[in-house]
Amino acid sequence: MTPQQLPPGARSLLAGRPEHSNLSPLSVHSMTVAYNRKPVLWDVDYDAPAGSLIAIVGPNGAGKSTFIKACLGLVPRASGVVEFWGQPYRAARSRVGYVPQREAVDWDFPVSALDVVCMGRYGRIGWLRPVTRGHRRAASVCLERVGLGGLAERQISQLSGGQQQRVFLARALAQEADLYFMDEPFAGVDAATERAIVDVLRELRSRGTTVICVHHDLQTVPQYFDHVMLINMRVVAAGAIGVAFTSENLQRTYGGRLTLLAEASEAVARAERGS
Amino acid sequence: MIEPMQTPGVWEILTLRGGHNTTVVLVGALLLGVAAGVVGVFAMLRRRSLVADAVGHATLPGICVAFLIANAMGVEARSLAVLLPGAAVGAVLGLLAIQWMTRATRLTEDAAIGAVLSVWFGVGVVMLSAIQGMDIGNQGGLKSFIFGQTATMSERDARLMGGVALLSIVAVLVMFKQLRLVAFNDDFAASIGVRVALVDGGLMALVVMVSVAGLQAVGMLLIVALLIIPPAAARFWTDRLGLLALLSGVIGGAAASIGALVSARMDRMPAGPAIVLVAGVFFVVGMVAAPRRGVGAGVLRHLGVRVRVHADHTLSRLRLPGPHHVASVMPSGVIGRLVRLVLARRGWIRSEGSMVALTDAGEAAAVLAERRRRLWQRYLVRYADVAPSHVDISADAIEHVIDPVIVATLEAELAAESSAGSGA
Amino acid sequence: MSPGIHEFISIDLPPMLAGTFACLSCALVGNFLVLRRISLMGDAISHSVLPGLVVAFMLTGTRAAFPMFVGAAAAGLLTVGLVELLRRYARIEPGAAMGVVFSVLFALGVLLLERGAGRHVDLDADCVLNGVLEGMIWFPPSEWSEFATWQTLREVPRQVWTLMAAVAVVGVFVVALFKELRIVCFDPGLATSQGYPASLLNGGLMLVVACVTVASFEAVGSILVIAMLICPAASARMLTDRLSSQVVVSGVIATVCGVSGYVLGAFGPRWLGFDNALSASGMITVVAGVVMTLSMLFGPQHGAAVRFVRRVRFVLTIAREDLLGSLYRAQERGEMSLAIVEVADATGGAGGGLAVRVARRRAILRGQVQERAGRVSLTEAGQKEAASIIRSHRLWESYLVERGGFAPDHVHDAAMRLEHARDTERRARLEPPQPASAIDPHDRPIPPG
Repeated sequence: MTPQQLPPGARSLLAGRPEHSNLSPLSVHSMTVAYNRKPVLWDVDYDAPAGSLIAIVGPNGAGKSTFIKACLGLVPRASGVVEFWGQPYRAARSRVGYVPQREAVDWDFPVSALDVVCMGRYGRIGWLRPVTRGHRRAASVCLERVGLGGLAERQISQLSGGQQQRVFLARALAQEADLYFMDEPFAGVDAATERAIVDVLRELRSRGTTVICVHHDLQTVPQYFDHVMLINMRVVAAGAIGVAFTSENLQRTYGGRLTLLAEASEAVARAERGS
Repeated sequence: MIEPMQTPGVWEILTLRGGHNTTVVLVGALLLGVAAGVVGVFAMLRRRSLVADAVGHATLPGICVAFLIANAMGVEARSLAVLLPGAAVGAVLGLLAIQWMTRATRLTEDAAIGAVLSVWFGVGVVMLSAIQGMDIGNQGGLKSFIFGQTATMSERDARLMGGVALLSIVAVLVMFKQLRLVAFNDDFAASIGVRVALVDGGLMALVVMVSVAGLQAVGMLLIVALLIIPPAAARFWTDRLGLLALLSGVIGGAAASIGALVSARMDRMPAGPAIVLVAGVFFVVGMVAAPRRGVGAGVLRHLGVRVRVHADHTLSRLRLPGPHHVASVMPSGVIGRLVRLVLARRGWIRSEGSMVALTDAGEAAAVLAERRRRLWQRYLVRYADVAPSHVDISADAIEHVIDPVIVATLEAELAAESSAGSGA
Repeated sequence: MSPGIHEFISIDLPPMLAGTFACLSCALVGNFLVLRRISLMGDAISHSVLPGLVVAFMLTGTRAAFPMFVGAAAAGLLTVGLVELLRRYARIEPGAAMGVVFSVLFALGVLLLERGAGRHVDLDADCVLNGVLEGMIWFPPSEWSEFATWQTLREVPRQVWTLMAAVAVVGVFVVALFKELRIVCFDPGLATSQGYPASLLNGGLMLVVACVTVASFEAVGSILVIAMLICPAASARMLTDRLSSQVVVSGVIATVCGVSGYVLGAFGPRWLGFDNALSASGMITVVAGVVMTLSMLFGPQHGAAVRFVRRVRFVLTIAREDLLGSLYRAQERGEMSLAIVEVADATGGAGGGLAVRVARRRAILRGQVQERAGRVSLTEAGQKEAASIIRSHRLWESYLVERGGFAPDHVHDAAMRLEHARDTERRARLEPPQPASAIDPHDRPIPPG
């Protein structure tokens, strides 16, 4: 399919957009989130480099998902400022996409795969307007992009876990955002889906899009991502993989969990060999 | 309508001189309240509170069928000994239907509860209208089960109610260990050989027993309140299960007996709503006043954390070379005003017009806050695997939360680090 | 116009219309409650509008529709707000929070009714539960031509118009905001981040639920309201897999329930020879329950009966394939037939003796197996099918040993399960990649495909 044959929405999707300002896509300043007296995130400062794939890593309960949700205003912040390209979220909303954890929604909900992908375009459709054929076409291009073109009309409960994750990914693509937050996109997926996700992530990066992923598998961090943010209630370290993803920083993030550390040091060693 | 001959005074009832009948009803209500409170705790912890609502509503068709059968057999159809087993059968069938729907279909429990509740009750309403048309004597009392009526309660009925309630209390005491295990962690309970399904079944049987016992006094629409409100009210005050059950029983007993008393004392005061409202008062008191889990405390804590965080930020900003404008060092809005108030109260800042500066005491406080922050940070890195659950943002000093020996180690490490930093 | 028709229009048509409109409006909005798993919010709201009605009456002293409506809707929203407050700040489980709020408010309503307002209003506890459908009467003109006049229509009972308006409001709400409701029910976080604030839409949904409840409440009673908020939507959920068709189906079901329930209540007893009518709203509820039961049992994709049949078929297929396989293995040993008793042993009696027996019958019916004098053997067709099963089994064994690294004596049971696996799309048996040799790990030949 040549670009000329693509529907209008999809063309801009594949072409990438030129207008990237020098401002950081996400800058967080002393953000604190607390349930009762227990902080979940405490005075977190972070500036995301534009056009990179960023992994958020940290132990369970370290506040990784909360970080994403607090940035998007889905959980209340006790303090702090979050800016997207120097603007508050409200102003930048259409440029920010979000892929929640797969368990966050009811997969028995009566919608088809294509319906779910179309939801990614609701932001540009607007209140009270129907989903037009153009939007549906753009959505099905995104479904094809993740290899699910044939399953557009399937009810979502009849998809496998990996296919469901890919539907979420297609929905994110349909949003055509410049910054994506993804909450554990690799959790519990098959090898084919993992490859599909990596492909999509790389394509996004090549267009200058920034992707911030909560990631659990320390082994694959250096392979899939450029930057890492190590978090355990506070930001322990952040930066390019080669600088921040060190065994010392991992120890400072995870504490004395030996098995994890063994895995991590292996991964670090591999990263060093690779670079 | 029959006028009550002479309503006994509160004092007479309390001193058990208000007539034998009233006393028995009062004791029965007390036992019912205690039983419902105790059983309700476990229903709440198993997240089955609203199942009790379906149980209450589902008794109606059972009562009607029992009435019809008894009437056809020529037995005294209004006696509780006939109607209550019918009610229990109706309720159990409703429970089984809920269970089947959640297991065998894609429907969720909330839809199952709502459907059973309304359809069973609808069947009962149709049967009631049929019975009304059948010209059977003595049917007037059937409707009293819907809203409940203590005034017409005979001594025998009250004894039955008290007896069933007492039985439920005993059953809870016998099953307490299993119930506690299952309520706390059902997977763990199953892993050590507790049969979770059996315990849950037992719990539901207790819910049915209490609901059926309370039908006449509270009515089927409001019996759910007696199973939900006391546990929820007790939850404000404690986290410990034994205490929770005890407190919930006490609240339930108090609500039921006070409600029954008020109802007996006052004209046109139906017992069910009276009991529920008294329970509601207990709930509201707990909600407003409970020091740890109440709504008031929750809101205060929420504000407190935000004020503390912003106050710390403000102090550290003020330590930078000034002069400082209020708007540049403090947040805006309510939180900002609270922060300013708190800091000024403690004598840590002084303000002239729209400019603020630290006082000497404020300088010291800012240094302390900085130290506290560094210690917590150090602690988080040093004990990364356990730390997050121990950090307390609003503690004035880290020593209040963490073992001083650990704090000393952390301080030594910090000192070493900074001297190394300055040396380099 | 015949007197019979006149009587019907006068006595039966208004309550039938009112009941059906009530059903329809509740059912349409109920879809979103069921999908968001907050069906019981409908239960809670329909209980707690009572004090709203009573307080509105006590404040204004009239039964005028508007203040009552405002009072009840306010009570409905108060319920939602209080539940949210308790859930968030007191950390009470949502079910319990709902139970506390609505039971206290309902008790308050009943008490106020008994103590004060009841004396002046024809609101009593009974009508709260059952509504006043039976009391609705219209005195229509005797000529058809006069029906369309303003004067005539004004005498139609007010509830009919109110409920018709409720249907219109809900219809517009659902159609206009269909996309918004769908996204907020499916993924509230995404909805918010796309500029459709979940809290706003939820609030709107609750407001509509409260309005519908209030409008229906007076005519049909709270029990029918709860039933209609839940049952048609839940039934439609068992029958469809697309939100738009679910909404339409629930509307159809609600209409059918309303009309047939009323007819059964009003005329059913007469057909059976009794002369008194049954509670109409009760009967509509019962019909809704019946429809729901039927759709739970016999829904085409998700019905319990269909699922059961599917499972039985699966068990029988496996038993039949095991039978064919054991006959094939017997042939390899040189036994051309097996005694029925031996077969039961060889197949391990999977699924119980009954399944084995039924499976044998089915194999005979399909012409794969023949039975003579208590012994069974493969037919020519059966031979082919059996070879394919054994081929699949041995291919899996080879695969597990060669690629999976399992010991040859550990793979039989796994292969026993895998041999039945089929590709869902092509309905063909799944086969692992070809092994190097045509001999399986137990030195037996793999039949060619």
